[in-house]
Amino acid sequence: MATSETANKILAPGAAAPDFALHSTPDQLVTLSDFRGAPLIVAFYPADWSPVCGDQMALYNEVLPEFHRFKAAIVGISVDGSWCHTAFSKDRKLHFPLLADFEPKGAVARRYGAYREQDGVCERALFVIDGNGKISWSYLSPVGVNPGADGILTALEELTSKK
Amino acid sequence: MTPTAIAKLKPPVGANDHVQGPAHAPATLVEYGDYECPYCGEAYPVVKALQERLGNQLRFVFRNFPLSEAHPHAEQAAEAAEAAGAQGKFWEMHDMLYENQDALDAEDLVRYAKALRLDVPRFVKELAEHAHAERVREDFRSGVRSGVNGTPTFFINGVRHDGPFDLGSLLAAIEEAA
Repeated sequence: MATSETANKILAPGAAAPDFALHSTPDQLVTLSDFRGAPLIVAFYPADWSPVCGDQMALYNEVLPEFHRFKAAIVGISVDGSWCHTAFSKDRKLHFPLLADFEPKGAVARRYGAYREQDGVCERALFVIDGNGKISWSYLSPVGVNPGADGILTALEELTSKK
Repeated sequence: MTPTAIAKLKPPVGANDHVQGPAHAPATLVEYGDYECPYCGEAYPVVKALQERLGNQLRFVFRNFPLSEAHPHAEQAAEAAEAAGAQGKFWEMHDMLYENQDALDAEDLVRYAKALRLDVPRFVKELAEHAHAERVREDFRSGVRSGVNGTPTFFINGVRHDGPFDLGSLLAAIEEAA
């Protein structure tokens, strides 16, 4: 796995999470500040429809009640357009928004250090952002591996215990 | 801080688990499964064959991991197995469900309860009250914390098995671990 070349580039805990305003559906815009006051999980992933990503988003869909116990919301971000996200989301019956980092392509992912220049898609990277917009945990997964939800839940627990 | 490459079973097998085989067997196979998942359906006869082959060298444990969003009957089926378990017939119901994966509606579950000679009114009441939902959720949570990302996921002596789950692969992995 070629993780070492990219392992340190994603934004680290302590950094301010770069703001974003991205479409979740063709007529709905979602911004980071919408989530102020509660933890937000941001899951960058390479693409809708590819099997591993499907698994990962499907897993988060099932784990949503666990995230909600920490009052945390989750968004997925890829470079797919909002029409594609809408179709994917409907197919998988997802109950959380998928955001389109579509134009300019990958601009938000780049600011988080989570863009794969060579492939033109997002990394498989996870961020937990606290209620004040600060990154409290981040993790870069090998692109072909579903990172699961354990790391996110541990990060949410730590965030809650700090309060 | 980061999810580790080797996912470990949390918590380990305990008194609350549904267990087949001796406690001191050299190998323990834990499955996180969903009764409506077709891949778990494929794994079901594989586990039976492993048990047949390994006899008392194998302890098998089943934990619930219903993917309720993908499989509309999975949660209720898991609660039905637990309700049967409360009457001492967890494994009988477990087998019944996997052998009838395409018939998991409420009336089917009642039919199975009757066939297993359970106290049917109690079974129906516990399902209606979701008496076993918390138990199912506990299993699900432990799965998430153990690195279960889909179903079926197997753990061999506490370590997640990331390879294929055909008979040959599982047998080889178990023999290596034991």
